[in-house]
Amino acid sequence: MSGDVSTAPRSERWSGYALLTVMAIAVVLPFLSVFLASVQPAGTPVVGLTWPERWSWANYEQAWSVAGFSDLIRHSLIIAVGVVPASLVLATLAGYALGTMRLPGGNAVAAFFIAGLTIPVELIVVPLYFDLRGLGLTNSFLGVILVEIALFLPFSVFWMRTHFQSTPQSLVEAARIDGASPATILLRILLPLARPSLTTLGLLVFMWSWKQFLLVLVLIQDTTRHTAPAGLGFFVGQNTTDIPTLAAGTIIVMLPILVLFVIFQRSFIVGLLQGAMKG
Amino acid sequence: MPSRPPVRPPGTRGRSPWRGYVYVLPAFLVYVAFAVLPALHTAYLSLFEWDGVTLGEWVGLGNYLEILQDSVLRRSVFNALVLVVFFSFIPIVLGLAMTGLLARYRRPGMGAYRFLFMLPQVIPLVAVGVTWRWLYGDDGLVNQAFGAVGLDGVTRAWLGDFGAALIAVGLVGTWVLSGLCMMLFLSGVQKVDPNLYEAARIDGAGPVREFVSVTLPHLRGELAVAMTVTTVAALASFDIVYVTTNGGPGEQTTVPGLLVYRLAFSEGKVGLAAALAVVLGLLILAIVYLINRLSRTET
Repeated sequence: MSGDVSTAPRSERWSGYALLTVMAIAVVLPFLSVFLASVQPAGTPVVGLTWPERWSWANYEQAWSVAGFSDLIRHSLIIAVGVVPASLVLATLAGYALGTMRLPGGNAVAAFFIAGLTIPVELIVVPLYFDLRGLGLTNSFLGVILVEIALFLPFSVFWMRTHFQSTPQSLVEAARIDGASPATILLRILLPLARPSLTTLGLLVFMWSWKQFLLVLVLIQDTTRHTAPAGLGFFVGQNTTDIPTLAAGTIIVMLPILVLFVIFQRSFIVGLLQGAMKG
Repeated sequence: MPSRPPVRPPGTRGRSPWRGYVYVLPAFLVYVAFAVLPALHTAYLSLFEWDGVTLGEWVGLGNYLEILQDSVLRRSVFNALVLVVFFSFIPIVLGLAMTGLLARYRRPGMGAYRFLFMLPQVIPLVAVGVTWRWLYGDDGLVNQAFGAVGLDGVTRAWLGDFGAALIAVGLVGTWVLSGLCMMLFLSGVQKVDPNLYEAARIDGAGPVREFVSVTLPHLRGELAVAMTVTTVAALASFDIVYVTTNGGPGEQTTVPGLLVYRLAFSEGKVGLAAALAVVLGLLILAIVYLINRLSRTET
């Protein structure tokens, strides 16, 4: 960002930052409130935003062991580890063909994938429960993994297709003339270039998988196999009074995605903004 | 797949153009099996009265008629439309206002704000819901804030209040989605040629005029996206409502998503739930179509 046209009058510059800061505070306050509640000694009546007199991390131990958040986190990770690589592979293959080859009817197929962006979980969850139960895939991580992959594929395919469309066609042509097979072109030439797009897509898919709630609530009714959000939702129903432990559980559920967001914030933000644009 | 004579120019290998579908097939099969077919299956189930256990009974469009007649079901659709105001309209207006105020000059140090504004986007909505449940509670931050400015009379259990609950839930959506809208518009406006602003300023355009004739026309694409994403979030809302109010008090905050879940899995009205899901899906499709249509024809 160069500063030529950008030099604002001092007053306008500061009022701009003041406005941004007010908005930022509005975003942060809820997080701060729940965090401060989570470090109050257990059993203290907590009111709004209260600085704890004594910092206590016992609620985290409590939530981790008693409320079973270690299992919940583990289950969420198992599902994400199933969903992310499979989504990347399937989307790369499909995006490669739809983005670089002249397939008969290729545009229609691409449009068919994109149409899936409008499918809300509500629309598919009811028959999924009965169909997957028939296959023995309810209360199983595999069932959730397969459905999540399918649910994120419209976006994933579109994302990778756009990526491959934007890589120079001459690269592909040159390799083709040298006699490289489509598989070789993908593996040797295009894939190394696709790294940033794949990273962003992987992070987005991980995030969506981590956030998924309704699907898990329906497909995994066995509470000992719940994921982090489902467990938290269930915990709320069971435990409305113990605010510090509930707050600690909430922070625990947020933490993994928060850590990733801090590390990869650029990829996340680019993905969320561009991804929305492409959708 | 029919085999064809090579149609490629010499130098490329003779291959049927259909062969590329080998790459598309795995994704296609998973997508069809676990998303498209279930969607069609929902439409089929919506034509039956079925409790999920015994044999279903064909009722044609009966379930859809019931949606029109049942006040609770209608109420849920109405509530979802009210949520559109809070999830979509207010965040977009806020985002545009921010952009209007900030677009005239480039600002260093936006990275930190960008990070904070996008934060609610990555957090699971369940955690968001639990957080706001606590903020809206008797001892929560909201009541504390009202108390601090001497408005003790206003304080209440917001989510349990018949008049306030839906608005309270809606404002959670405002909190989640405003940052996304702001960042969409602010990053869209970065692409505007600074000379345009310069030119407008030389022509003596004030901030409002500048916003209307320079900024706004360049944000058409971003506006369409923001509308689509936020409206779908409002119509298909489930997580926040389930955690904060579970539809209550009364039916004040029920939304279609909640009823689909409840009807199918605790009330044994699978067909009715499916019909409501279809209505929801069609509503989303219609709105997405409409937004895309409008944003294109305006060119």
